[in-house]
This record gives sequence, C-alpha cells and structure tokens, in this order.
Amino acid sequence: MLFDNEIFQITLLSLQVSALATLISLLIGLPFGTWLALGNFRGRSFVLSIVNTGMALPPVVVGLLVAMTLWRSGPLGGLRLIYTPVAIIIAQTVISAPVVMGLTAAALASLDPRLQQQLLGLGASRPQMIWYLWREARLPLLAALMAGFGSVISEVGASMMVGGNIKGQTRVLTTAIVLETSKGEFGNALALSALLLILTYLINLALTLIQQKGRKR
Amino acid sequence: MSELISIKDLLIQRNGRNVLKIKSLEIQRGETLAIVGPNGAGKSTLLLALAHLIRPKHGEILFNGRPIHQMDDLEYRRKISFVFQDPLLMDMTVYHNIALGLKFRGTDKDETHMRVGRWSQAIGVESLLARRAGQLSGGEAQRVSLARAFVLDPELLLMDEPFSAVDPPTRAQLLKDLSTLLSQDHRTTIFVTHNLSEAAQVGSRMAVIINGELKQVGTPQEIKLAPADKSVEEFLKEL
Repeated sequence: MLFDNEIFQITLLSLQVSALATLISLLIGLPFGTWLALGNFRGRSFVLSIVNTGMALPPVVVGLLVAMTLWRSGPLGGLRLIYTPVAIIIAQTVISAPVVMGLTAAALASLDPRLQQQLLGLGASRPQMIWYLWREARLPLLAALMAGFGSVISEVGASMMVGGNIKGQTRVLTTAIVLETSKGEFGNALALSALLLILTYLINLALTLIQQKGRKR
Repeated sequence: MSELISIKDLLIQRNGRNVLKIKSLEIQRGETLAIVGPNGAGKSTLLLALAHLIRPKHGEILFNGRPIHQMDDLEYRRKISFVFQDPLLMDMTVYHNIALGLKFRGTDKDETHMRVGRWSQAIGVESLLARRAGQLSGGEAQRVSLARAFVLDPELLLMDEPFSAVDPPTRAQLLKDLSTLLSQDHRTTIFVTHNLSEAAQVGSRMAVIINGELKQVGTPQEIKLAPADKSVEEFLKEL
C-alpha cells in the first residue's frame, strides 16, 4: 500500500498542475475565444474549425509533441523542462486551452448578436461591452472552465510522457493509477481512482454551486 | 430650432449592394422625426448609421455641425441613446438595467439613484425596480428599455420599432405615454416604424424610405395629401 504521505504529495501535485494549467488555459482561452466569437475577419471559420479540432486532441499525441519539443535535442531542450511538473503543466495547457477557447466562443456566439449593438448604443466602451457579454454568458463560461479542468485532471497520456511518472517529483494521481495497475496492485489503483473521482466531484460541485447561484441572481 | 443632425449624400452598402441612399436630410433639435417605410426598406440601417454602429460607403452625417466620423467614437455614442425592437435587457434587476448606461459613463451613485428614480417614475416602472429582467412582461420590459434610454439624458434618442413586439393594447398605451413624454421633454428623437398611424401619433414630421431611398419628408398631413411619387402612394395605400 502506498504511504499516506506519498498519496498526499501525489494528490497535491495533481491539483497544483491541473489548476495551474486550467488557469493558464483560461487566460489564453477566454480572450481568444471572445475574439473568435465577436471578430469579423477572413478565415474565421477556418480558425474556429482548428480550435474545435483542438478540443478533441488526444492527450497522448499532445504528450508526444510536447516531449519532442522539450527533449534535450528538441527546440526547447535547453530549458531542461522534460520530466518536471512544468512540462506537465505545459502539456495540460495545450490540452485544456482549446476546450476553454472553443466553449467560450460557443457561449458568446449563443448570445443575441444585437446585444453588442445595444451595449454600444448605451455608451459602453469595447472593454465594457466585452465584460458585460461575459457576464451575460457567465453560466456557459463556467461550464467551459469545468470542461477545461475536467480534460486535464483526468488525462494520463501527456502527464506520463512529459512527466515520466517519477516518484516524489512528477507522479500524479492518474499516472500513479497506471503504475499500480501495471504492478497488479488493483486495490491501490482502485483507492487512487476513488480519490481522483471524489476530488473531481468536489471541485465540480463547488463550480456548479457558483454557476447555479449565478442563475438565481 | 437649429439642426442637430444633417445627412449629406449618404450611401450605405452591404456586401457590395446599396441598402440606403439619402441625398439630404436635416433633423431639427427638439423634433421627433418618424421614419416610415416597408420592412427591409433601410430604416433600421439609417438608425445604425446615425449611432455610428455601421460606416457609410460615402457621404457624411453631421452632429451639431461636426462630421461624426471625425468625432471620438465613444464620446459620440455617449451623446445618443438607442432603443431596439426587443428590450434586450441584461440578466440583472430592473434598477441595474436602467442604471447600466450611467455606469458606463462613471456616474456617481447618488446621481445614478436620483436619475433612475426620476425616470422610472416618469415611465411607470418604479414598482419594478427590484425585479429581475426575466420576470417582466413584454410591455414592462419595453418600458424598462425606454427608462434605460431616457435616464442617459441623450441629445439624440434613436428608437427602432420599439413597440412592435408587444400586444396591441399595450402598444397603444406605450405609444400614448411616449407621445406625452416626448411632447413634454422636447428631446430630439428619431422613431422608426412601419405603421403610419404610429408615425403620425409620435412624429411631428415623417420621412418615407422605400427600397433604400429617402422618398419624401414632411408632416403626416403633407405626405398623405401629396405623395412624392407612385411608390409612396402605393405604400400609403397598403397601410
């Protein structure tokens, strides 16, 4: 059986890397998704189709590409990030950012297009208009955040490839589950799986409560 | 009265197609001009151009003698107010909806409170201030959108068929209240409608737009008695 301290460390690292990756995805995905939804430029549909494809990126493929980039002989090898938590954050951001981006664009596109004109007609500056559009679409935007977090807390392929599942350094809940299963320690694997599910549930419960509070306001 | 708006040689295109052509149109300060015409004639396009939300292909719109394309976009938009066909209220209370434009302008809380109180009373929505926008009927929501526009004390009020989405009895009451308000307030207003009696009730003058062209401007009586051409005559007959 894994030691309690080790479980705590693995759980904490899982939450840290996934939360940071989701936060970075939000910082990239929210403005870019807004630009995609509100912009009127040539090639918009093409960019949108790329983002939508990105929402279905297989984590193992992302892991491979990020690993090749961060590998010693790769273009960013000099940064010595491979097999570090930072590498996992980078890979998870690549997985999560298109999800947040695509769902942000969809959330804003679902609003009445005249709402933009109405806000501008009431004297809103462009940042004020965008802020109030986000406010109006806050429920689907929170769903985008939940989907972004869900896509990374549960992935294993990318974390395994760029993190290496090193004990005490880059082992996260999903990679630990794979390891315990490969060792035939199904009890440990099941216990870790239950822990992962409970954590994911608690985080989504908190976000859902915020979302529903917003609906009642 | 002096001119607040002057339009010269205006041409607006959409996808390379002419959608509105106006050689010349003046709107006097304090008057209510009703724009009438069939659906798709270009009436709403004119309002969007006046609000500087779409750019003309050529020609200019002068506001107080200054071309609006030379004015700061935000500064100009904050001199006007727009009421759309649908209320397009935000998911917040009626009070916050009415105060929204004031918030954009950074108006302080006391001033906001005073102005929201005054206009919600004038438009008959003071009992609704604590309600959520989603809890309002169509007529109530449109009254709130009127209060939201008037509270800004705009130099120019643009209204795009504001009562077309409400039932006839509510529409008649809203029109009556708006006409009273405008006759007391003397605010320069452009009111788009495809209903001639609405236009005659609200507007001191009428402008007829058909197929993207301004055909005639005059009092409702003048237009009824002497239509400028066959298309205006046909349009009046259809009504």
